[in-house]
Amino acid sequence: MISLLEVAATVAADEYTESVASSVAYGESETATGLPQLDLSTFGNQIFWLIISLLVLYWVVAKIALPRIGAVLSDRQGAITGDLMAAEEFKLKAKEAEAAYDKALADARAEAGKIVAANRAEIQKDLDAAIAHADAEIAARASESEGRIRQIRDSADSDARDVARDVAAELVRAFGGTTDQAAIDQAVDRRMKGVLQ
Amino acid sequence: MATEAQGEATDLSFHPMDQFIVRPLFSDGPVHWYTPTNVTLWLFLIVLATLGLLVLGTRGRAIVPTRGQSIAEMAYGLVHKMVSDIAGKDGLKYFPYVMTLFMFIVFANFLGLLPMAFTVTSHIAVTGVLALSVFLTVTAIGFIKNGAHFLDLFWVRSAPLAIRPVLAVIEVISYFVRPVSHSIRLAGNMIAGHAVIKVFAGFAAIAAVAPVAIVAVVGMYAFEILVAFIQAYVFTILTCVYLKDALHPSH
Repeated sequence: MISLLEVAATVAADEYTESVASSVAYGESETATGLPQLDLSTFGNQIFWLIISLLVLYWVVAKIALPRIGAVLSDRQGAITGDLMAAEEFKLKAKEAEAAYDKALADARAEAGKIVAANRAEIQKDLDAAIAHADAEIAARASESEGRIRQIRDSADSDARDVARDVAAELVRAFGGTTDQAAIDQAVDRRMKGVLQ
Repeated sequence: MATEAQGEATDLSFHPMDQFIVRPLFSDGPVHWYTPTNVTLWLFLIVLATLGLLVLGTRGRAIVPTRGQSIAEMAYGLVHKMVSDIAGKDGLKYFPYVMTLFMFIVFANFLGLLPMAFTVTSHIAVTGVLALSVFLTVTAIGFIKNGAHFLDLFWVRSAPLAIRPVLAVIEVISYFVRPVSHSIRLAGNMIAGHAVIKVFAGFAAIAAVAPVAIVAVVGMYAFEILVAFIQAYVFTILTCVYLKDALHPSH
């Protein structure tokens, strides 16, 4: 009897475990009854794994990720500031170059002006010399011509005087007067004064 | 999925909560505290995704960032600005902590939107731990930094003396309600959105309304993408506000 009871108990127990197992297995695809969020039996599991992942995440974020990103951001900020400063420097240099260019241009212009003035002065000097030379030549020629003219005029004067004296002497003689050479000369000189010259 | 399988048997049946069931990964046994479950898997994926973005994405340390590095820098800038704007410069000491919370929640929410995924932030146990850790940390910081002055937070000096005790009671209650609202807000948003998507998906089994249901699923999904980010942002910004209260308790 006892063994029979034992057998029955074993069979019942087996059946029970089997049914529990199958119900658990079925529970896999079983639908949720109520909110699974309120199933307290899973809380320990969730909290355990959550704390582990949060600790890992915190360690990585705090020790690796954030210092690296922070360094990259400050590097970039530095690079941008550096570039801006370099750009400012280049701008200043460009301004200086422009000023130097302007100065060079002004210098060249002044130099050119100077050279032009020097050339002009030289040419003027040459010109003045040439003009002076020409003036001197002209003056020489003029005085020479004047001399000749005077000579011609003098000779003409004396010729005229001679002719006038002769004619006067002949006229006096023809009218039967005595020819006083001195008086004739005097009269001719008096008449001739102002005719020539 | 379970919904489709059941949908074939009966005409129409909804199981919008099935997606939240915690299951062991490798066995059919009960869920012990150490059992690797789908929660474990998705927590692992969240950590991996964060590493991928923040560590792998920035491995170039490029002055001119790549796409991944840009996103990592944007996340850094967003949280950094949030902490310094709200909690002040002395709050920046806790920036890694806030950043960890933000990255964890944002990736939990976004990975949870993948089809067949498990959303860890839809569980009160998870958001509760997050909110409680914020609550305990902030309270500890408050007392360590300010000593008994931290209690000024509950003693509203700008109010008339007569009503200060009443306000103090209200302030204390609201202070202790913080972790509850902080955690329920996030989990509730996630549960609701995912459940609604599942319900619409269930309607897709009826041919007549299937197009409408599918359009609704698409619309809800787009909305949930928005919610996923906003809830992470809200959780982080509230953490910053609590941190500010702890660092500068006087009103």
